[in-house]
Amino acid sequence: MVVFNNVSKTYANGTKALKGIDLRVEDGEFVFFVGPSGSGKSTVVKLITAEVDPTEGEMLVNGFDLSKLRRRQIPALRRTIGVVYQDFRLIENMTVYENVAFAMRVIGEGSRNISKRVPIMLDLVGLAHKSRRYPRELSGGEQQRVSIARALVNNPQVIIADEPTGNLDPARSGEIMDLLRKINDLGTTVIAVTHEKDIVNSFGKRVVAFDGGRIVSDARDGYYQV
Amino acid sequence: MNGRNFIYFIKEGIKGIFVHGFMSFAAVSVIVACLIITGTFSLVVMNVNVLIDRVEDENEILAFVDDSLDDTEALALVTEIAAVPNVASATFVTRDEALDEWAATLPEDYRDMMLTGITSADLRHRYVIKTEDLSRAEETAAEIAEIDGVEVQFDPRLSDATLSMQNVIRIVSYILAVILFIVSMFMIANTVKLATFDRREEIGIMKIVGATNSFIRWPFVIQGALLGLVGGAIAFFVQWGIYNYACNLMLNYVGLEMLGDELISFGSIAIRMLLIFIGVGFTVGVLGGSLTIRKFMRV
Ligand SMILES: Nc1ncnc2c1ncn2[C@@H]1O[C@H](COP(=O)(O)OP(=O)(O)OP(=O)(O)O)[C@@H](O)[C@H]1O
Ligand SMILES: [Mg+2]
Repeated sequence: MVVFNNVSKTYANGTKALKGIDLRVEDGEFVFFVGPSGSGKSTVVKLITAEVDPTEGEMLVNGFDLSKLRRRQIPALRRTIGVVYQDFRLIENMTVYENVAFAMRVIGEGSRNISKRVPIMLDLVGLAHKSRRYPRELSGGEQQRVSIARALVNNPQVIIADEPTGNLDPARSGEIMDLLRKINDLGTTVIAVTHEKDIVNSFGKRVVAFDGGRIVSDARDGYYQV
Repeated sequence: MNGRNFIYFIKEGIKGIFVHGFMSFAAVSVIVACLIITGTFSLVVMNVNVLIDRVEDENEILAFVDDSLDDTEALALVTEIAAVPNVASATFVTRDEALDEWAATLPEDYRDMMLTGITSADLRHRYVIKTEDLSRAEETAAEIAEIDGVEVQFDPRLSDATLSMQNVIRIVSYILAVILFIVSMFMIANTVKLATFDRREEIGIMKIVGATNSFIRWPFVIQGALLGLVGGAIAFFVQWGIYNYACNLMLNYVGLEMLGDELISFGSIAIRMLLIFIGVGFTVGVLGGSLTIRKFMRV
């Protein structure tokens, strides 16, 4: 669960990225964040992952009170969140399998758990047959699936995807969003930042629209306005 | 840190060394050079200290007792001499003993010839006096000379200049050690920094999936530690070679043979030297490694 209570964020250079955000995302929800460039969507994502601190307001993420969060607790918070980026951020000299396993390895999981869980994730995203390929040998859509498998492998409560289809053609974009919906159906909360009107409109999910650092609409079975 | 993570850290640390082989080689070379420079200085200081200690032992003030005093009076002088500040001991040597001692120092072949016509009556009773602080011996000799019935002979084998030189060498070697320690540390820090630069994407992923700071840090600390350990071990063996070579050179040099028994043998300090080199290398490596990755630990 993610709760924002009157949260503002002013960056060090004085940019007011967010102004008094109130937001509540329940467990199991699927939410789109939409809005023009610079409206503050990515800033919300970074606040949730504690990459930046709020200037004002209260935040609760998966039971962590971010205003009281100690630096040493940040890793524990991040293990409850899976992040997917527009540019995939795969490690070039690791295979598909190793990229996903890496996420488990670096939080101290043992190899028995890793070899049990990684194939399940690769199967879920439809890449079991390409586990030994390197990222450069995959299409953009396939690379994004790997990054989704990596985000999921530590069993997070919420997946946050910041423009996951930004680098993909419309057909691949649809597939990636379908995959996120499937993951949501399996019980994981999904927050997806996107500019893809058609997809948003066809999904009939909750849509939170940002503009100028404020939430300008929050529609339960919404479609892309503006 | 559990066992399986430890193996992972070691593997990653070793990987980091070989990815930038040349840089690692350079860092190890610098550590070796720094350790040898410091080590050589320390060995010189140690040897000088041993020599000075030995000369200090031989450095004595002689107080000849005037022949006008009878034996009882001569023996009584000890209280007066011992009361002089800085006197460590005053040993009474009779003229007979003095003659025997002197005879013993003469080459056997010429002894009889040289001693012809000399009897103990030609010598005086004397006190052999040792001082506590050699650098104040001259002063002490002057004070003893004030006592009635004695004549002082003191020719210092070590001047104040020699002693203060010893201090200067010691201080210089400390300063040098500190500077070279810092140089080595930055060398390692830079090598590790290259590794962190290569792996900034990996580090970014590690952070976002919730790896702890210590987990991220360990491979780099271990990389630094390994570089330092290797440097320490190599430096030890090179130092060994250099020292023995230098000793041989000096002993074969005309005029320096007499140093033969006085030089410290490397074997007698090898273990200590090895532990120090490896310990310093390790410390330098760990500090250098930790220094670099500190900035990655924010955010
Ligand atoms: N690190 C930063 N330092 C200063 N200003 C920043 C920083 N990151 C973002 N901003 C500014 O904050 C505002 C909101 O940025 P943000 O990235 O949240 O927008 P966005 O909605 O994600 O945009 P886009 O759709 O282009 O990704 C912008 O004006 C941006 O320039
Ligand atoms: Mg953005």
